[in-house]
Amino acid sequence: MSSFKFSRDVLLAFALVALVALVYTRFPEFASVKSLSGVFNDTSILIILALGQMAVILTRCIDLSMASNLALVGMCTAMLNAAIPALPIPLLVVIAMLLGALLGCINGLLVWKLDIPPIVVTLGTLTIFRGIIFLISDGQWVNAHEMSPAFKALPRAHFLGLPVLSWFAIVSILGMFVLLTRTAQGRALYAVGGHPNAAVYTGINVGRTRFNAFVLSGALSGVAGYLWVSRYAVAYVDIAAGFELDVVAACVIGGISIAGGIGSVAGAVLGALFLGVIKNALPVVNISPFWQQAISGSAIIIAVIFNARSERRVGRIILKKAEQV
Amino acid sequence: MSSTDTKQGTSIPDRLRSPFTRAITSWEFLLLCVAILIFFLNVQASPYFLDPWNLSDATFNFTEKAMIAFAMALVIISGEIDLSVASIIALVSTCMGFLVQLGVDTPALVAAAILVGAACGAFNGVLVAGLGLPSIVVTIGTLSLFRGIAYIVLGDKAYSGYPESFAFFGQGYVWWVITFEMVLFAVVALLFYVLLHRTSFGRSTIAIGNNPTAALFAGIRVARVKFFLFVLTGIMSAVAAVCLTSRLGSTRPSIAAGWELEIVTMVVLGGVNILGGAGTIPGVVIAAIVMGMVTFGLGLLNVPGIVMSIFIGLLLIGVIALPIIIRRARQRVGS
Repeated sequence: MSSFKFSRDVLLAFALVALVALVYTRFPEFASVKSLSGVFNDTSILIILALGQMAVILTRCIDLSMASNLALVGMCTAMLNAAIPALPIPLLVVIAMLLGALLGCINGLLVWKLDIPPIVVTLGTLTIFRGIIFLISDGQWVNAHEMSPAFKALPRAHFLGLPVLSWFAIVSILGMFVLLTRTAQGRALYAVGGHPNAAVYTGINVGRTRFNAFVLSGALSGVAGYLWVSRYAVAYVDIAAGFELDVVAACVIGGISIAGGIGSVAGAVLGALFLGVIKNALPVVNISPFWQQAISGSAIIIAVIFNARSERRVGRIILKKAEQV
Repeated sequence: MSSTDTKQGTSIPDRLRSPFTRAITSWEFLLLCVAILIFFLNVQASPYFLDPWNLSDATFNFTEKAMIAFAMALVIISGEIDLSVASIIALVSTCMGFLVQLGVDTPALVAAAILVGAACGAFNGVLVAGLGLPSIVVTIGTLSLFRGIAYIVLGDKAYSGYPESFAFFGQGYVWWVITFEMVLFAVVALLFYVLLHRTSFGRSTIAIGNNPTAALFAGIRVARVKFFLFVLTGIMSAVAAVCLTSRLGSTRPSIAAGWELEIVTMVVLGGVNILGGAGTIPGVVIAAIVMGMVTFGLGLLNVPGIVMSIFIGLLLIGVIALPIIIRRARQRVGS
């Protein structure tokens, strides 16, 4: 099982390298360290969100409200900053995380306590969160000049040669890796998605685990909300509209099974980077950015066909072993 | 609802409740009460609501979406979902716009639209039914792909210049305030009612949603039924695309953006089980009218569209949460 997952991630990594190589033939500058770290930085927010979405998808749920959560928290932090510029930025990041977690909590409680299908819950909160942004902001924009310099500077500040935005992504990646591979809670996420009934018999509280996954994805969306607003230095109702589908797409391309229980941190990160490279490469090789949507759509379809193939192969291998015994 | 009851081990009653009790405790009845309540609230809230021409205009809020919602209801009842419907509208509308530039006339335009819609649906169908892939991921993929093609063709431009005879579909009146779209909505609703509730195809759809394996053993061609349902959804999206394009008179690649979520909301609000296996067409019809009235009523009160979406979202979660809360409370009292 682990060797198979390893090989799929490696295969995806090869596809990514091939993609970069393809761009390199047209525009050599793209493959430079500076340019590639720029692509990583540009994809950081997508990576953070994909990691949260992955935790939810592992438990056989889906969180379609991530982008609305991001936008709502982003608007809240921007307005908070505009109202109290003296508030230290690290505290603001913590507030963003807690606020996002609270919104995730709402999703989680509805799924856990009322057994409403996650797709319905998050479809509902997707529109509700987006509407609340309008209510609190009155449809107004929070523009760059209303934000404090420190608020806008944090994601751009450099630390050990990389922008802080990239470091947020790296810390999230490491955190998720430890959580999923080194803790009981991480195993529980896989167990709940792999076989909910069996998970109950091993003493895992399935509803509780799903709730935790939603809180985690909410917290990550919250942090991403601050990062988005401070990076683009503007907050309005429609920021990141439709981004939830990009996040799901990154997970699917990364080989995370929508049926739950299968997926790795490396997969989610590579899936997000795959989309990020496409997005950044198109203008470089002189293809109209209007092609982006169709290309990522095709990538999703190819990835899901490929995933289904390899998931099926696992079953066969296990059967063969059983026959041999 | 009964399926969840048996899952929780409730004993089977000695005799069924009377048809009358069943009717007034049904989802459709509850929804009808909500619809009537909203109607009177609207009448109270705005003096302009009861004007026949205003009400006629208000139907445009839901007729096009509802036509897709009927097909979507069948897809969801069969245990699948199609999130690519709004993108099919964009692609179909773009194709029609392209053909108009070549001087193609109305009948051929409509025929081409239906063909493109059916082809899009067949593409989804092959991936879901043929290859056995999860429909939610496949249709998220085709959601990007279909609209992506529209963006490639159009970019930031728009098609217009549709022939005058084409305007009838979205702007024509059959009699007094009765629009062509209303008539089409009623006819489509009737057709889907017959298809789901009066044919073996409809029974097969419900059976597949309840238990695909059992349905297969019962001799139902599961893959074929699912394939056909996706083609049907594609065709209905094309019909909606014809109406919408005709009403707007132009095509941009962002046409009907976000409709897929509204249509799913409509279907779920109509009492269709999102997990498959249960649902009725009358429920979807009432849900469509409820959503149309909420949107229109709040619009008359100058409530911005984005705030209306809060109501729609709350409505979606509320109508599903309420029966569950009530059932739990009743069980607690019972034990």
